[in-house]
Amino acid sequence: MIWVDTIIQGILLGGLYALFAAGLSLVFGIMRLVNLAHGDLIVMGAYLILLLVTLLGLPPFLAAAVAMPVMFCLGWALQKFLLNRTLGDDILPPLLVTFGLSIALQNALLETFSADSQRLPTSALTTASVQAGPISLGVMPLLTFASAVLVIIALNQLFYRTELGRAFRATSDDATTASLMGIKPANIFATATGIALVIVTIAALYLGLRANFDPNIGPARLIYAFEAVIIGGLGSLWGTLLGGIIIGVAQTIGAAVNPEWQILAGHIAFLLVLLVRPRGLFPRAND
Amino acid sequence: MALLQTRELIAHYGDFQALFGVDIELAEAETIAIIGANGAGKTTLMRSIAGVLKNAAEAVQFDGIPIGAEPSDEIMAQGVAMVPEGRKLFPSLSVEENLLIGTYGRKIAGHWTLDTVYDLFPILRERRNSPGTALSGGQQQMVAIGRALMSNPRVLLCDEISLGLAPVVIKDIYKAVPAIKAAGASLIVVEQDIAQAMAVADRVYCMMEGRVTLSGTPDSLSRDAIHDAYFGAGH
Repeated sequence: MIWVDTIIQGILLGGLYALFAAGLSLVFGIMRLVNLAHGDLIVMGAYLILLLVTLLGLPPFLAAAVAMPVMFCLGWALQKFLLNRTLGDDILPPLLVTFGLSIALQNALLETFSADSQRLPTSALTTASVQAGPISLGVMPLLTFASAVLVIIALNQLFYRTELGRAFRATSDDATTASLMGIKPANIFATATGIALVIVTIAALYLGLRANFDPNIGPARLIYAFEAVIIGGLGSLWGTLLGGIIIGVAQTIGAAVNPEWQILAGHIAFLLVLLVRPRGLFPRAND
Repeated sequence: MALLQTRELIAHYGDFQALFGVDIELAEAETIAIIGANGAGKTTLMRSIAGVLKNAAEAVQFDGIPIGAEPSDEIMAQGVAMVPEGRKLFPSLSVEENLLIGTYGRKIAGHWTLDTVYDLFPILRERRNSPGTALSGGQQQMVAIGRALMSNPRVLLCDEISLGLAPVVIKDIYKAVPAIKAAGASLIVVEQDIAQAMAVADRVYCMMEGRVTLSGTPDSLSRDAIHDAYFGAGH
């Protein structure tokens, strides 16, 4: 029974990793941009929520809702005025610029908030649990997982049911022909990064409620997110959720065997999937 | 006054000059054809008008307004739609989605809707949920034309719509031209097939090496004159 419990906890943890990864997957899927600052943007989102909680006395969930439009605008501007300039045939400039952005963000957070680790205030809700037979499930991990599934469903609806989604896909296929349809690729990219940062805010909320954070933990979140995206297959949103779950389950199983193996087990699972399916579980046909 | 005209239009690809002062005119409700050999600059001319290539503002005028320096999405919004060379359907979109995206930058009430496009090319109604690129070449060309029509354009630019298609399919596609004209669009048709161009156009421009070498109504142009304009008088 302990194994069933371990696997279920791992699946729920996978929801958090899928939330880390969904924004990365969205941005990569639309503009082939690998944002190395993604993890640091999550940490920045957590600090923004913390700021709203401490300054305005808002509960964390409400603070996250307030932070979302702010983060959308930030992402929109970041893409429009900085990252769009790096896009082109060469894949190196976006990597270098987002790598630099990652370092700049970490240091800016360190200057502003110091290296002390922080945490969003917990309430009865964050420590509550429900009993499912012999297994005890935390309300927080359940909420995290449900949010991840909802985010993936919402993104799929946006992609396949709306005009904006059609424009996302068309621009991703062929930006020049898309502009002949009246689409402005620069604005489409900016909107995509804006949406990615809204998802980042949701990820930041659960990150901050679940554990401590400090300005330096961004790159590790980026690696989990990256692994989830790659396992799932680049550009596949449901694949990203599954990728997150695989890493989460591997980590909890690793931790159950030996607490030192938690992180390593996740990375090994990633390497094993790459060995068997180098293009991920659900690769897109036209990449 | 001309609906669309180019004045001393010049175009470069890096150091390579592709157009050397091209003047063409398209009147309201007119169809003109641009013919010429490969590399004559026909596609470059279309891309310049559509805004894919930037020009001097005055070099392209639409309805008396200089549009040469505007980006393609702005030009499309004003009513100049293009059927690009090679069809360029979006592989991630179904047939119907490819048609719907044609209205992204310009939504005006007019003759062309999903229904009227399906009436024009009935096979597309059957294949509406297939991926655009799963269709035959001729059907893909119908989607590309339908996609451009969806915005109810005032000017439709058709770049080599017969390229790579069987003669019987080409005939099917050109059968749609009268309906397109009747709905109120003026057409610029780029063609390598001279007979097809002569049949469909009110006036013909012949291009060679980035210049217009001959123009006139189809019945005023002799075979020899076209031959000379196409290949150069020395051949």
